[in-house]
Amino acid sequence: MEPGRITENDAERLDLLFRSESARAIATLARIFGDLQRAEDAVQEAYIEALETWPAHGAPRNPAGWILRVARNRAIDLVRREQTASKKYELLARLESSANADPMTNDETIEDDRLAMIFACAHPALAPETRVALTLRYAAGLTTEEIAAAFLVPLPTLAQRLVRAKRKIVQSGIPFSVPAPAQMPERLADVLAVAYLVFNEGYRTSQGGPLVRVDLCRDALHLTRTLVRLMPGEPELLGLHALMLFHHARRMTRVNERGEAAPLEEQDRERWDVVAIAQARAALAEAARHHHPGPYQLQAAIAAAHATAPSWDATDWPAIRRAYDALYALDPSPVIELNLAVALAFSGEFDEAMLRIDALLEGPLAGYSSATIAKADLLRRAGELAEARRWFERALPSLASEAERKIVERRIAECVSR
Amino acid sequence: MKYACLIYDDGVPTLDEAEQKQIHADYMALYQDGLKSGSIVVGEGLERTDTATTVRVRDGKRSTTDGPFAETKEVLAGFFIVDVPTIDEALDFAAKIPSAKWGSVEVRPLWSPGA
Repeated sequence: MEPGRITENDAERLDLLFRSESARAIATLARIFGDLQRAEDAVQEAYIEALETWPAHGAPRNPAGWILRVARNRAIDLVRREQTASKKYELLARLESSANADPMTNDETIEDDRLAMIFACAHPALAPETRVALTLRYAAGLTTEEIAAAFLVPLPTLAQRLVRAKRKIVQSGIPFSVPAPAQMPERLADVLAVAYLVFNEGYRTSQGGPLVRVDLCRDALHLTRTLVRLMPGEPELLGLHALMLFHHARRMTRVNERGEAAPLEEQDRERWDVVAIAQARAALAEAARHHHPGPYQLQAAIAAAHATAPSWDATDWPAIRRAYDALYALDPSPVIELNLAVALAFSGEFDEAMLRIDALLEGPLAGYSSATIAKADLLRRAGELAEARRWFERALPSLASEAERKIVERRIAECVSR
Repeated sequence: MKYACLIYDDGVPTLDEAEQKQIHADYMALYQDGLKSGSIVVGEGLERTDTATTVRVRDGKRSTTDGPFAETKEVLAGFFIVDVPTIDEALDFAAKIPSAKWGSVEVRPLWSPGA
């Protein structure tokens, strides 16, 4: 930003720069206050000062450090004016000692603050949808508007949810800290669940509209990449990161030129992102070194088998089936059994696969479109076209995305014309 | 911070004498540990709900009725007040309460003016 008169363009650039550089100040101050709203209020005061000084003198060389310094000074002023007795001096002492520790040069403190923020946002005392909103807002840096748009929630509803969450964090004493080792596996699992939920929302939206929303996938990947850097050597974290990367590698080919959700066997493997696949394989190999398998690593192994097969016909179905067997042993859920059944069918056990899918459709997955489509597709492959068509037609009304509807419509047409 | 750990039982499971003794011993151990570490401020069990009497005052007039205020499946069976640094320690404490294995424990911060 050049010194001198502020233009509209400058204001926009200042806004962007400030927003991307203020995350650190919010994380550090939230940890000191135990209160996100107070941290944001102090950062807002720094924003007002930035509006006054940056256009005239140019943006500071270290904007994040500048924001933290100014916001902390404003926080000290605010505390001096507002707080009553005992807590006032405790907070002032903490604010001042954090200034003396000079976190600008202390990378470890900054990273601890970021981790503490991530764990607070995904705390189990918060409702799952609140964890997602908080994480996207304060760990991934999205605006409230962007989150509301991504989840098709009215802006006031989302803003209200965030306000309530911030109040609960303060009033119920949810800490901004990295969990103790004894709690870590459970707490990390909560964080990973949030990241995976965001990724899945981007990868296969439940909200209609486009099938893949790459920006949400990127936000989720950015979150797991940050976590991998901050917490190296967590096998399930590495597994989830690998899983997302394998899926992300296929983002260009998931929808074909006709706007259909492209079946894996029709996708142009030349267009898969080789860099993402290589990164995914490296992460999965790193995870495997710990000899502590888990659901994310197994799902990543399945995704790896698909992503690294040179062609559809060369897919290693027995390996996929073994991974699903192991996954089903860890988590015997109906959706995993459905996928296991499909892997069985492709491994040559068609009758057994059909029996299991039928049992699922009569039980826990009645009316679940993925199960209906899986049955229809196996029937189609077996040449039972009239029956296949009936099941495809049954799935059609429940499909949210246009791309999924289109491919099922094509399958129905194929079943008729052949 | 102070938290109430409200213990709700949806009917104590039928237990033999040895199991009852074990639960009693677990409660005593938890209580002793909590007193020693200073995390428990107070902890009490409540008599069965058929011993309860409910009082209401409406327009200055007092009414007294037999039994608990509401008939619910889950009844308040006891409580602890704990004083711990954050909700994490309060939740850890709640998970150690024997009744959490068959009933549930609601963890709520105590109201404090100006917080």
